[in-house]
Amino acid sequence: MSRLLALLFGRLPIGWLQLTHSRTRFAAALAGVAFANVLVFVQLGIMNSMATATLKSYDFFSADIMISAPDANSMTEGGNVARQWLLQALADPEVAAGTGLFLANVTWQRPTKALALTTYGVDPAQPEFLTGEIAAKSGTLQLQNAGLLDRFSRGLKREEAAAIRPQTPLSFEASGTTLTLYDTFAGGGGFGGDGYMVVSDQTFLNLFPARTSGAPDHILLTVVPGADPDAVALRLRDLISDKTLRIRSYAAAAQEDLTYQQTKRPTGIIFGFGVIIGILVGIVIVYQVLSTDVADHLREYATFKAMGYGQWFFLGIVFEEALILGVLGFVPGFIVATGLLTAMAKATTLPLLMTSKMAMMVFFGTVAACSLSGAIATRRLAAADPADLF
Amino acid sequence: MASDDDFPIAAQGLNHWFGSGEARKQALYDVNLRVRRGSLTVLVGPSGSGKTTVLTLLGCLRDVQEGSVSLLGHEVHGAKSDLLISLRKRLGFIFQAHNLHASLTARQNVVMGLQVHGRVDPALADRAAAHALTLVGLGDRLDYLSDNLSGGQKQRVAVARAMVGNPDVIFADEPTAALDRDSGSNVVDLIKKLGRERGTTTVMVTHDNRILDRADRIITLEDGRIVADTEAVPA
Repeated sequence: MSRLLALLFGRLPIGWLQLTHSRTRFAAALAGVAFANVLVFVQLGIMNSMATATLKSYDFFSADIMISAPDANSMTEGGNVARQWLLQALADPEVAAGTGLFLANVTWQRPTKALALTTYGVDPAQPEFLTGEIAAKSGTLQLQNAGLLDRFSRGLKREEAAAIRPQTPLSFEASGTTLTLYDTFAGGGGFGGDGYMVVSDQTFLNLFPARTSGAPDHILLTVVPGADPDAVALRLRDLISDKTLRIRSYAAAAQEDLTYQQTKRPTGIIFGFGVIIGILVGIVIVYQVLSTDVADHLREYATFKAMGYGQWFFLGIVFEEALILGVLGFVPGFIVATGLLTAMAKATTLPLLMTSKMAMMVFFGTVAACSLSGAIATRRLAAADPADLF
Repeated sequence: MASDDDFPIAAQGLNHWFGSGEARKQALYDVNLRVRRGSLTVLVGPSGSGKTTVLTLLGCLRDVQEGSVSLLGHEVHGAKSDLLISLRKRLGFIFQAHNLHASLTARQNVVMGLQVHGRVDPALADRAAAHALTLVGLGDRLDYLSDNLSGGQKQRVAVARAMVGNPDVIFADEPTAALDRDSGSNVVDLIKKLGRERGTTTVMVTHDNRILDRADRIITLEDGRIVADTEAVPA
């Protein structure tokens, strides 16, 4: 290692020799950097999980444009939209098809714990608006009072979920109606509910007699191939006389939903602060590690300065140390953080994931913070006469 | 008048103060001296007389406050840091505290005295460092970390480090204080030999009588003033 670094720098690897001189101190420095990494990773993981959870619902459906009520900040909230606007939208030559999407919370009273299921009522005759497993299994929704259950629902045991199959459906009662779950799909709990359920629009109306087929919660539209959803949405805003409605491309709706969750909802703001605090504490730890190291070697650096070494030489040492600490502290930090996030994900069913983007961010952030801290700490050396430092 | 070449070090009207405000205290009063090339000049005087201050001012380790210091043909007072750095590279320092880098071996410490001049072939640097250490009698301690060396051995490593770069001027502050009789006189032999063969000029603070006997010139300081300046009669 020492030899390799010597070749790399064209000088003795002072930083490496200095760091490894005292093994306990080196271990403590690495632990400090690793801890700072874990801190930032966990906070980033939590914040990202909210984004993933928020966007989860958008993955269940396939559409180009979404029409929602004015108070619908999110896919999972908002008042009703009159179906007449769907018919009016279909008048646009570039709108290919449309469907109504119903939304409500269904509570599944289980012996141990009640499950809050975010429930979507969809038209099983239009599977083109559904995606993946839900589209493939939408046939069973044609049956009366049938449902598909999110098999990753919080509090649902894996073998319980696995037992729900068309041959062995599971029934439960909700708001006076007996629902039968014929199959499952991959969802995953969010911050709003414990899991998801998809039923047909007819079943939905059975469950909630107060709702009518003429007023779904969202309207999903597809455009003809080659048409620009944003341009069509703009045209629809002109066409539809109810100017309070939110008419956006599906992608824009998802993005606005995410922004709303991150900046307007308390959970989002708290998680955002968590990341900021995590980064600040991480920087303070890293600064402490590096500035202590520089202070410990100030006499030795002063000697080098007296011998004729310039400021770049000291910055080089500090950068070398920053790189070593950044790389070697990152490895345990990454491993511990991945383990922690996995454990937290298991306990909460929130999508807490280690992503390569996070890893890159934290790694380069650490090296940058280390370098900057060391550079600041060496400024004292630049200002002082070598004779005063002995 | 002799050229700068004959006198690599010259100080004129050198005054220096320590502290600031009420606590400001003058440490040097109008120090003037010229040091001849290749000579061994010794500064003596009681503690607090300003010997080390003169040494650090001449060696660009401290900013000159008042007066002029000319080193190797360059004015040091008010010099830019680039000039100071390039001047320091042509000097060798042996400090009172040995000031070795604790994380480096004896050989690596000496190599640092070479690498200040830029990239050096590692094998060549290793050999030069080993040679310098052998000259000070540490040929069998090349790869010892400085913590594992005795005080005298550390001092000798510092001597090797100061000499390995082939400096024009050596500044030494009590270099033999921690050395036994033999190593002490070895170091002086080495300095005298460098002066004879390479014209290396040495300015040294010391109380060591063995060195005083062999100095070319003895300058005595008291309370920040030069009170005596004796040239030895060439043998």
